[in-house]
Amino acid sequence: MQALLASLLVVAAGGGLLWQATDGGQALTAESARRLAVQRAPQPVSPFALETMSGASATIPDAHGKVALVEFIYTTCPTLCQSAGADMFRLGSRVREAGLADRVTLMSVSFDPEFDTVERMQSYGERHDADGALWTIARPRPDVLPQILSDFGVIAIPDRMGGYTHNVAVHVVAADGRLAAIHDTGDFEGIIAAARKALR
Amino acid sequence: MKRRLRTGLAAIIMFACILGNRALEADPVLHVLVQLPMLGLCGALLAPRREWRWAQGGFAPLLAALFGIAFWMLPRSIDGAVSFPLMTLAKFLSVPLIGALLVIGWRQAHALLRSFLKAQAISMAGFMAFLLTHSPVRLCNNYLIDDQWRLGFGFLFLAIGLAMAWTIPLLSNARPRAWHRS
Repeated sequence: MQALLASLLVVAAGGGLLWQATDGGQALTAESARRLAVQRAPQPVSPFALETMSGASATIPDAHGKVALVEFIYTTCPTLCQSAGADMFRLGSRVREAGLADRVTLMSVSFDPEFDTVERMQSYGERHDADGALWTIARPRPDVLPQILSDFGVIAIPDRMGGYTHNVAVHVVAADGRLAAIHDTGDFEGIIAAARKALR
Repeated sequence: MKRRLRTGLAAIIMFACILGNRALEADPVLHVLVQLPMLGLCGALLAPRREWRWAQGGFAPLLAALFGIAFWMLPRSIDGAVSFPLMTLAKFLSVPLIGALLVIGWRQAHALLRSFLKAQAISMAGFMAFLLTHSPVRLCNNYLIDDQWRLGFGFLFLAIGLAMAWTIPLLSNARPRAWHRS
């Protein structure tokens, strides 16, 4: 009897633990967990300044009330960032089509700011047809980078070939500094819907 | 083994796991297939040798251990142990407890239950091997896809190893004991 009771208790507690640990069976990986967390409750990110590929300064969140669509890259990335770059270009076209070009800004932020100089950002921007207006490439100061990555939940690890492997996504940041949504770079509908929602 | 010897061994293993945590966590194969089992062994060595009424048949402690193992099988938990100090602490506390519960439960478990759990362990290791080698995405933000793949093969070898370790003795002793007696 005692053993049965103990077993039932264990099953209840264990089930509860796993339910908690997976957000009700919805998030088995840290990546899906971070997306689900901001979807449920937008999280504030600390504001930070950036130097863009044209040498101008910018901020996230945007100082002019625009919604910022932010991805993290490094300019010498051979694989993922290149396809993410192509996705950002297409996202730009979709933003224009949706009539949001004056209320949304696209930002590719380097997480390797010491290496990614203005010149390197420029050449990355040229390769991907970033116009510098709707979409620009930018880098933060190296000393604030750890805070930014932790706020956004981005993890970049050396790939043993001189580059990095990192989680790739578009982060929707409302003008008030809320990180409102995280989507795959190719999920244009999702990103634009989230941007519209963040504008409200 | 003498109690003092077991305690000393557990202390050494725990010390090594804590000191080497950074290095062990850097590689998922070492993290999941070396450090976690070592921490479990720590608890197993320290498990009190007594039988409780609540643990009769081994069901309650084994179930608790299984839930614990299920928790640490989630990629999210492993990622968390690398990213968040609180989860690292949880790892060092909970995995030895899982090891202790396994031993406590195993001692009181019926042979049928033990066999069931062995089969379950082999199939779970096989499942992890398949998942980790076939997932199109990285399951842990802290690990490279190549490392995930290596861990998958680690689980494959583990499944094969366990299957061999548990079946070969059966083959050499092909006749069940009951037959010997008659």
